[in-house]
Amino acid sequence: MAVMLRKLRSLLLLVGMTLLGLPLTAQSGTPLPEVPEATARFSETQGCVEPTAEMRKNHMKMILHKRDQTMHEGIRTPQHSLEECINCHVPGDDSGKIVRIDSKEHFCNSCHSYAGVSIDCFQCHADRPVKKTEFHPLVTKPSPHHAEAISNGPVSTGTLEVLAEEGKLQ
Amino acid sequence: MTHTHEIQKVDAQDREIDSTRRQFIGGSAGALAGLAVAPGVLLTQVALAKPADQPVSSANRWGMLIDTNKCAKGCDACVRGCQTENGGGANEPHSAENQQAQWIRKVELHDKSTGYAHSLPLMCQHCEHPPCVDVCPTGASFKRVDGIVLVDKHICIGCRYCMMACPYKARSFIHEDLQDQLPVAPRGKGTVESCTLCMHRVDRDGDNALPACAEACNSEGHEAVIFGDLNNPDSRISQELAKHGGTQIRADLGLNVGIRYRGI
Repeated sequence: MAVMLRKLRSLLLLVGMTLLGLPLTAQSGTPLPEVPEATARFSETQGCVEPTAEMRKNHMKMILHKRDQTMHEGIRTPQHSLEECINCHVPGDDSGKIVRIDSKEHFCNSCHSYAGVSIDCFQCHADRPVKKTEFHPLVTKPSPHHAEAISNGPVSTGTLEVLAEEGKLQ
Repeated sequence: MTHTHEIQKVDAQDREIDSTRRQFIGGSAGALAGLAVAPGVLLTQVALAKPADQPVSSANRWGMLIDTNKCAKGCDACVRGCQTENGGGANEPHSAENQQAQWIRKVELHDKSTGYAHSLPLMCQHCEHPPCVDVCPTGASFKRVDGIVLVDKHICIGCRYCMMACPYKARSFIHEDLQDQLPVAPRGKGTVESCTLCMHRVDRDGDNALPACAEACNSEGHEAVIFGDLNNPDSRISQELAKHGGTQIRADLGLNVGIRYRGI
């Protein structure tokens, strides 16, 4: 998807430059951010938790909104949670390399350094998947990235029934 | 020798039978409880944890009861449990020891007249009327509706007024850049922090939650800490308090703390 978009963008640039009559040679080397691929897809039709264009423009609004909900109201659903962004977009230490926020290979930094927009989220927040939080077993919309993970914490009767039906209960 | 073997064999069989039986009983109980839940009558009694997308409720008031008679002198399992859970410990190499964060600390008490010595864990007391919240100039220090007192580090300017106001010396300030924080406990330079009563566990498990300190204490076999809902008369903590009572540290301040002690 990202590759296609990049190609499309280059094409549009080329067309635009041609129309403007500018020399093409100067534009062919335009640097673009190399954004790492996510490790999972939200659904078959959609890559991220919201459409990509929406995420590109408004991800910070969503994270800020969720931040206050979590901090003050204890609402801990995976969608729009910074932790789940990181879990999906940044490779874990078990992938063989440690990618921190100051690396260009870090999802957030790959674009933010390109755009010259500094972020301070990771002065406090974990910048890579460290230790996965076990979300509430009754999350209304389960995270697509961890659909198979079963919480080890106490589970409610409803969850027990569902698990028993699925044959996942030992 | 043969006899012993036979006993062991029987034991093994028993265990096998037991496990099947347990699964069967567990399954049936689950199914029965499920039936009871369906009309929604027993819902609050069966599934005590709030749904993940619902806000916390003022119907709850979370607290802990700590029995200092069960708290072993020299044991710091709760402190280590807290550090493991929330990412504390040896990650402030440039800070003096008395500056490093302490969400929970062990305090040794000595009665000079009798020589009696005992110890207790001391952490944020989660006051109903928290002085830290009163003095905070930005609103970063706040009390959640379910009684957990927290610092919103997004708003904290690091003035440390709350640290001055707290009668329990429960808050810490981070003096240096940290690395490898855990997702459940974002911590960083220039902000004040303290015990969160393991709110991420409370949000997930509700009445069944066990803060990391209590879990560590239990795994050491001391079971000195009871966590629960002070507003729910049926919770274990409320029942224990109703039966044998508990003490608030500096009750004279009228803060109505959420952490109660026994044996002090």
